[in-house]
Amino acid sequence: MPLITYRKALNDALAEEITRDENVVILGEEVAEYNGAYKVTEGLLARFGPKRIVDTPISEAGFVGMAVGASMLGLRPVVELMFWSFAFVAFDQIVNNAGCVRYMSGGQIRCPLVIRGPANGGTNVGATHSHTPENFLANVPGLKVVAPATAYDAKGLLKAAIRDNDPVMFMENTLLYGEKWEVPEEEYIIPLGVADVKREGSAVSLIAHGRAVLTCLQAADILQAEHGISAEVVDLRSIRPLDEETLLRSVRKTHRAVLVEENKPFCGVDAQIAALLQEKAFDDLDAPIQRLSALDAPAIYSPPLEKIQLPTAPRVVQKALAIC
Amino acid sequence: MEAESRTFADAEVNRSLTPEDKIRFLRDMYRIRRFEQTALKAYNAGKMGGFLHLYTGQEAVAVATLSLLGPHDHIVTAYRDHGHALAVGMGMNECMAEFFGKATGCSKGKGGSMHLFAVEKRYWGGHGIVAGQTPLGLGIAYALKYKGIPGCCLCFLGDGAVNQGVYHESLNLASLFSLPVIYIIENNGYSMGTSLARSSAFRQLLAQRAEGYNICWDQASGENIYEVRAKTQAAMERAREESRPTVLEIATYRYYGHSVADANARKYRTPEEIEHYKTYHDPLLLWQKRLVDEGLLTGEQAEAIDLGARAEADAAMKFADESPFPTEADICADVYSEVDEPAGDAPRGTHFFN
Repeated sequence: MPLITYRKALNDALAEEITRDENVVILGEEVAEYNGAYKVTEGLLARFGPKRIVDTPISEAGFVGMAVGASMLGLRPVVELMFWSFAFVAFDQIVNNAGCVRYMSGGQIRCPLVIRGPANGGTNVGATHSHTPENFLANVPGLKVVAPATAYDAKGLLKAAIRDNDPVMFMENTLLYGEKWEVPEEEYIIPLGVADVKREGSAVSLIAHGRAVLTCLQAADILQAEHGISAEVVDLRSIRPLDEETLLRSVRKTHRAVLVEENKPFCGVDAQIAALLQEKAFDDLDAPIQRLSALDAPAIYSPPLEKIQLPTAPRVVQKALAIC
Repeated sequence: MEAESRTFADAEVNRSLTPEDKIRFLRDMYRIRRFEQTALKAYNAGKMGGFLHLYTGQEAVAVATLSLLGPHDHIVTAYRDHGHALAVGMGMNECMAEFFGKATGCSKGKGGSMHLFAVEKRYWGGHGIVAGQTPLGLGIAYALKYKGIPGCCLCFLGDGAVNQGVYHESLNLASLFSLPVIYIIENNGYSMGTSLARSSAFRQLLAQRAEGYNICWDQASGENIYEVRAKTQAAMERAREESRPTVLEIATYRYYGHSVADANARKYRTPEEIEHYKTYHDPLLLWQKRLVDEGLLTGEQAEAIDLGARAEADAAMKFADESPFPTEADICADVYSEVDEPAGDAPRGTHFFN
């Protein structure tokens, strides 16, 4: 199976869906002639032309809202945000229009829209460019939120998101764009709402989404090698809809849970997961649920400190050891 | 003024009007006015909650502009949406029931008076956030152009919306992408309780700001149906034939407060100002007089139209009153299309966290 980058997997998914469905149109800043600020859309303008790959001005509220309107009429816009941090200037369009228009019309309208881009810290760009808004957006009934951790998942989930008839917020990570994974050449789709056990284990469940999944895999190696503890790593992949069954199955097997995310702790995604586990797997738990999030401050610029503001494998190990 | 008015009446789009068309415009205005008066009565009787943004005084704008809609044209508007809803052909029953929060409402009681929708009539709401609908109109126009459909989108906004950033972003994109969208500013002089002079910086007209975006603009008097139709038609032709946007500012006036819940409705303007408009500029009475003058209508016939509109509104109130509320189970329906109408496999994962 070929090894391809996370970036190439996204690029392939876009190209395949543009080819498959004439209503798919890519919109965003620098997506066409510049070939993408992070090169996710590289080569697409040359292949598909300016009707399908459209450069927009720096005007997120305008072009996100435009894409919502176009989706109401049946287009399937895939809007790139150069950073998900920029979504805040388009929040009214995302929350009130994409998120609520179906409901407020009594189900008359569908918004088959994807908004995608990187949502991560750790790249020395300061607080304004390092936001991880998956928890905010998952708080909006009507929106769907996914955060792939690998190239394989990125491709399969993006294809599912483009075919979905609801607005999907697709959170990538600039630190993963250049990483490689095995990705099959034949077409596949990963449905939203299905988590993935990335590593089987028996003593503790490390539950994460996005890049934190990779941190957990490193931590699982350390736990096994240095402490003889078998950790299971569960990747949410899709935050809303959420695959509760896979999470509960894992915790009912291991009886211990460490929840890891690069999001901030207060009302983070893991607050929801923790509530779920205590409600539905209380009797299966042998220890309190542990949480590890980004340290609770705006993203610091200073490069060595920024690295430790995000969850690290040794800290995941510490959290696991505290309950194993 | 008389000469100019004559010119608009002679515009091709108006010369082709039949007497029946002209009488229909009057009927549509009466229907909007009586519908809203009945809704106000129901509001005051505690039959509905929240806001109620009455359009009374502005009826000619919706009736004149929307009388021009062709089969490929679309509209989207803000929260003062009752007039547009009836003018595109929505029934009083489904609108009144929506006000009452009933399951028989156009949005099943989930939207309320600010969020009326009729997608089959290409009426895309009814939007509650000031100027929030302006990029939606842009997107509808974008989709029309993308699909090669020879239509346009009329996007209505109030004078209070013109200072929101997203409206300016929409103008920039409309011109840059050359989209068939027409922004119709219904300038009623007040953004909630703040007068035009206290809220907007401009030289002569709000629409003139379009020049900065290389967009054609025009103005019309909202009490003259012929003028509004002539100028809207010109904008629609520009949209359909050249795929270019227009900003059209229509001077109008609302008789009631920003909404029925506007506690200061009588404080930021004088009663004399309102009376002056009602007496000299009422679009419904002016049109009625014109039709009588043109020999198309008698006073008795006008009264019959009015009585018909009142009866229809009363029946709508009865319909709304007698309709059932949505059930508790309805609260979590119409959120996700995948859940409401699963395609193939059953939806996976948990969508609702109750």
